[in-house]
Amino acid sequence: MADDGKPPRSPGLSRRDFLRGSAAAGALGTGLLAGASVVDERKASAPRLEAGTEIVGPGAVPMTFRINGKTFDAVLEPRVTLLDALRDHLDLTGAKRVCDRGSCGACTVHLDGKPVYACSVLAIEAAGRPIATVEGLGSVERLHPLQAAFVDNDAQQCGFCTPGFVMAAKALLDRNPDPSLDEVHHALSGNFCRCGTYAGMRRAVLAAAKGGGHA
Amino acid sequence: MPEKDDTPKVEYRWPEAKDCRLIGKRISRLDGPAKVTGSAKYTYDTHPAGMLYAKVVRCPHAHARVTKLDLSAARRMPGVRAARAINGPGSEIQWALDEVAVLAATSEEAAEDAARAVVVEYEVLPHFVTEEQIDRAPNVKAGEEEAAGDPEGAMAAAAVRIKGRYGIPVVAHNCLEAHGQICEWTDKDNLTAWCSTQAVSAVAGQLAEGVGVPAANVRVITQYMGGGFGSKFSADRWGVECARLAREAGAPVKLMLERAPELTVAGDRPSAYAEIEVGAAADGTITAWSSRSWGSGGPGGSGSPPVPYVFQPPNRRHRHSSIPTHKASARAWRAPNHPQGCFLTLSAIEDLAHALKMDPLALVRKNLPITGKLAKVYGEELAVADGLMGWKERWHPRGEGGKGPVKQGLGLALHTWGGRGHRSNCEVTIYPDGAAEAKLCSQDLGTGTRTVVAIVLAETLGLPLAAVKVSLGDTRYPTSGGSGGSTTVGGVSASTRRAAQNALAELFAKAAPELGTTPDLLEAVDGTVRVKASPEHKLTWRQAVGLLGRTPLTASGANPGPGDLTNSGVGGVQMADVSVDVETGIVRINKMVAVQDCGLIIDLKTAESQVYGSLIMGISYALSEEKVTDPVTGIMLNTDFDSYKLAGIGDVGELVVHMMSGPGYDERGVIGLAEPPVVSPGAAIANAVANAVGVRVPYLPLTPERVLDALAPATDGRTA
Repeated sequence: MADDGKPPRSPGLSRRDFLRGSAAAGALGTGLLAGASVVDERKASAPRLEAGTEIVGPGAVPMTFRINGKTFDAVLEPRVTLLDALRDHLDLTGAKRVCDRGSCGACTVHLDGKPVYACSVLAIEAAGRPIATVEGLGSVERLHPLQAAFVDNDAQQCGFCTPGFVMAAKALLDRNPDPSLDEVHHALSGNFCRCGTYAGMRRAVLAAAKGGGHA
Repeated sequence: MPEKDDTPKVEYRWPEAKDCRLIGKRISRLDGPAKVTGSAKYTYDTHPAGMLYAKVVRCPHAHARVTKLDLSAARRMPGVRAARAINGPGSEIQWALDEVAVLAATSEEAAEDAARAVVVEYEVLPHFVTEEQIDRAPNVKAGEEEAAGDPEGAMAAAAVRIKGRYGIPVVAHNCLEAHGQICEWTDKDNLTAWCSTQAVSAVAGQLAEGVGVPAANVRVITQYMGGGFGSKFSADRWGVECARLAREAGAPVKLMLERAPELTVAGDRPSAYAEIEVGAAADGTITAWSSRSWGSGGPGGSGSPPVPYVFQPPNRRHRHSSIPTHKASARAWRAPNHPQGCFLTLSAIEDLAHALKMDPLALVRKNLPITGKLAKVYGEELAVADGLMGWKERWHPRGEGGKGPVKQGLGLALHTWGGRGHRSNCEVTIYPDGAAEAKLCSQDLGTGTRTVVAIVLAETLGLPLAAVKVSLGDTRYPTSGGSGGSTTVGGVSASTRRAAQNALAELFAKAAPELGTTPDLLEAVDGTVRVKASPEHKLTWRQAVGLLGRTPLTASGANPGPGDLTNSGVGGVQMADVSVDVETGIVRINKMVAVQDCGLIIDLKTAESQVYGSLIMGISYALSEEKVTDPVTGIMLNTDFDSYKLAGIGDVGELVVHMMSGPGYDERGVIGLAEPPVVSPGAAIANAVANAVGVRVPYLPLTPERVLDALAPATDGRTA
């Protein structure tokens, strides 16, 4: 499913996988009500780890990220998502937090060249792997052709969903430079816009494709 | 400010279409590049040094009394810097997820951990959340009856009568940027707040009152905001609490709502249900109307939707009842009360057309005389919509939508709105280097306010867009109204036009002697100040502003003010083409046509975007949006994007937008646009579904379940 554009998914351990695994082992899944601590949870599951497994956390640990071709260092708790690492610790706020549970697409970034929901990937799982965010695509002074097509076709109003749509569309054009309208719909169906800018987005993505607008 | 005798009297008006280089053209929004690159900094993206993260402890019950609240353990949790009770022991909670306590900590994770350590106990009280069942409501507030003529007599005399019951549920605003703000005390008396708000000028005063400092000590900043739709006018209690936490902690605090509270407590368009009876003469003339409606938007009940909508039959009677519920309070939702009034009214009128065996387009045309002063506009728009949809060729009587399981149908609706420009003050400065800047404390919600102000300023000064700057979204600029009621474009374009014309008049006074003429004979065009009658006698813009010396020139403009720059009252017509699978109940939008008037258009591109966006938001509430509240627990069930369904890019079909402009439209001045086109989609789509499947699906959203329910009696009849 990874190449069809939906739904973007981490090839590694997602937050949902993490929570599911934890709930099976202990009580973290109900932690909000039960007040269970992460420390107790880890102790309970520690004997089940395979030999040689590196144990990190629950305290902050150093991580190194490769984002838009640059290296960033941060010291973060293992429970911090890639989205929160980008936004709160690395000042890369293009990816937005909207649903925070992998269903709206506003936090779409590329990990290993594929679109993922950054809210549903743990930062520690993304460390060391190539990450591309909207900030790496183009600048206000030098827009990427796809971004220019979004501007020309007014494919944004409030703009809060826009970086996610741009990254989802970029992923589509990277693997399919000449998509049909149905393929555009399919690739962007994991993202939501509330202002209703889909008409402009359709035109923008098709125009960028026609103009060879992906790099 | 002393009056200057040498300033010529300015005649405030919009330039004629033939003279416009920018106004009415298709211009890309100026902040588009910042948005597509992620460099636009929203409230949610703001991160002052040392910022703390706030978390709110919320009541899980729809109606309860707080009996115990203990913050002591939470205060001892790692990283916690401040904690406050909001609804302490004895407080009565009126809706689920209302705030009980709030705290701030050094990381969001630490704040979440600490919020779990807050101890709250409740006495659960009985709740009522099912207002559609008016007969079971413990409290019904009946409104005044509105009546005209002789509704009973006219109904009895009508050749054809229909009766129907219709309903439209509570929906959420679901702003992608959640409600919230970041508060920082720059010293003990002065607060800076980055707020996701539609009303920068007004929110400062509310925050000031909440924290007990003079309003002049509060600075509010909103450079970019991620959607409001009417739900972000207030500082809100969480805003005041954020400021209090920041003061208590001695550090900036960020408090943004998570998605579940955003959907549950921060957005609520009231529901509306109605029983309607309509009577008509055999030729389709509507002669009698009788209806009662009811609805709720939380503890305060609901406002009265305009029923009958657009059409005012000579003999009519209507009463609305407001029902308090234990659900979060209503907030204005694009064109408050109109989508409800339109859906209820136009559904009944389409049912009447069916009873009369008339094409609804013919019925609407027949009754245009009772739509009032917009009758001519509606008539012209219906003709355009007819052509764009191919209605005349493609419409078929109800239920004749094809032989297979997928039935096709057409529906239409029409709407109105006011939209006169609000109070606005603008300050225009022309700098000695030739730059020009407009400053005003308005806000750009994504509607294109920045771009509209820049277009008006550049057009007035005869400069290219790139030569002007717009500064807004900061209480340090002159006060401008909140962005509600589609009043912003009229307000800011008028205040900017007047300020720019005033600035130009001062510049002309300096330039006239240089050109050997008088100021009233000058014009600013194409980067020059020149003599109207002999354009070869000119100064370049730089030469003209050079006459200012080293001091910039600043002039102000306000709305309301002299000259008819803004107006009120627009009309719009929409048509929907749908396919409905009668085996699955799934409704697909094939095509929507929107024909809209808004007086003088400043930016055709962003104006069209408002209408496209309205169609899409309308498709969304017509097909899938509803805040589902569990009657047993009183809790909203669908508090995420998986279960509160928005239309996606593949769900909206072909969209056609036509803006009415030119003679008869432009000369009225600028009128707001953001709300009117979102009124009609619910009715137009529901009418198209009725036309397709042969029966009325009386309640929005038109989910597969509701479609199949409506079809069930017909199916039973066939199989019996």
